Amino acid sequence: MKKTLASALLILLTSATLVSAQDAKKLKIGVEGAYPPFSQIGTDGKLKGFDIDIANALCEQMKAQCTMVQQEFDGLIPSLQAKKIDAVIASMSITEERKKVVEFSDKYYHTPARLLGKKSAGLTASVAGMKGKRIGVQRTTTHDRFATDTFKDSEIVRYAKQDDVFLDLAAGRLDAAVADQPAASLGFLALPAGRDFAFFGPVYFEAKYFGTGAGIGLRKTDTALRDEFNAAIKAIRANGVYKKINDKYFDFDIYGGK
Amino acid sequence: MLNFDVIVSSLPLYFNGTLVTLKLLLVALAVGLLFAIPLAVLRASTNPWASRPVWLFTYIFRGTPLLVQLFLIYYGLAQFVWVRESVVWPMLSSAWFCAMLAFAINTCAYTTEIIAGAITSTNHGEVEAARAMGMSPVTLYRRILLPSALRRSLPAYSNEVIMMLHGTSIASIVTLLDITGAAREVNSRFYLPFEAFITAAAFYLALTFVLVSLFHLAEKRWLVHLAPRT
Repeated sequence: MKKTLASALLILLTSATLVSAQDAKKLKIGVEGAYPPFSQIGTDGKLKGFDIDIANALCEQMKAQCTMVQQEFDGLIPSLQAKKIDAVIASMSITEERKKVVEFSDKYYHTPARLLGKKSAGLTASVAGMKGKRIGVQRTTTHDRFATDTFKDSEIVRYAKQDDVFLDLAAGRLDAAVADQPAASLGFLALPAGRDFAFFGPVYFEAKYFGTGAGIGLRKTDTALRDEFNAAIKAIRANGVYKKINDKYFDFDIYGGK
Repeated sequence: MLNFDVIVSSLPLYFNGTLVTLKLLLVALAVGLLFAIPLAVLRASTNPWASRPVWLFTYIFRGTPLLVQLFLIYYGLAQFVWVRESVVWPMLSSAWFCAMLAFAINTCAYTTEIIAGAITSTNHGEVEAARAMGMSPVTLYRRILLPSALRRSLPAYSNEVIMMLHGTSIASIVTLLDITGAAREVNSRFYLPFEAFITAAAFYLALTFVLVSLFHLAEKRWLVHLAPRT
């Protein structure tokens, strides 16, 4: 009796998956959820932010059924390779280093990196000016690579989340941080905790470190999916959906030129 | 298959991580044990004014996860301006100090209960005999209760030490590069989670082996009177 029940259940389950495979394409999207205003968890416990809205818009454009999988940034590429997720939409910059293991879509935005620190500290953005200072970055990000290579006489402190960098900057454990400009201005400087802090030094756009913008990360073998995403990005740029999402968060076009 | 080049090239990171892990562990154990002995005496006292506060302390720190305690000490306290302007801030601003503090308090709470348990389970005949000899309470503790209780605590304490070794693996969330921190670094640099964490596991196993051997020697030296007769 038990055996027949089990096999009946098995047949039911397999047929259910077969049916659903035939209609809408199902995708698991890896997101970060700790990188405001791009990706964060709202007070209602739900994911929100620019990345999330873009992901939903792209999925709708591609007529795919997407589920968001939230996890820490340094686990996203391993999860992608382990097929736990199918695409990464987490403000991931397209860099030469990542291209070795990940297939990228075209960029969906491109913003510069900046140094930020306490207003009253009067820091200068040079190797000598930052000598002996503690600079916070998010581990394995483009900002980590850039700071490690550029500010050789400084102590680079690495965190799992960008939020933790801002927490320790506000607490005074760090002298400065290297971060994405809109993420830092809206995720920290605009908040009460960040009112004594400001950007200093130049706007960093070096392609060697910061790549050519943020793209959607995919498995090397999924080139068809990449083409679908590229077409969807073009489509939402053209039909005004992108602009609507953009204007919800920023007062300038973060797509960054052509 | 396993990418051994990555493992070999990142070995220095793991060895440095081992030093960090050992430093955290040894400082936490030393400070924890130092405070645990007097606290255990208070905890085993029949006077509720002495035993209840210690009970509350061990209840709080055994009743909450180490990770939560570390978050509260490192990120939580830093939230308050008066803490950041106080004289203890130079210490609290250091990730090292916060991690050691959290680990020391945590192991202290567990060790207190282990030793207090051993004190209260001392054979009553021994205590009565000591009293009949005219020993004062202080002499009774110094000559009879504490030496006996500390010896009998050894097996349980060896478990606590191993649990604490594994507990230190959360130090990497406050930016310290211990063995687990090294593994996270290697994982994020090469995107090879299996190699990164299996190497960390091997390092922890080796450390556990050393610790278990040390406790085995200690038990042979101090607990031989309780060993099963053959």
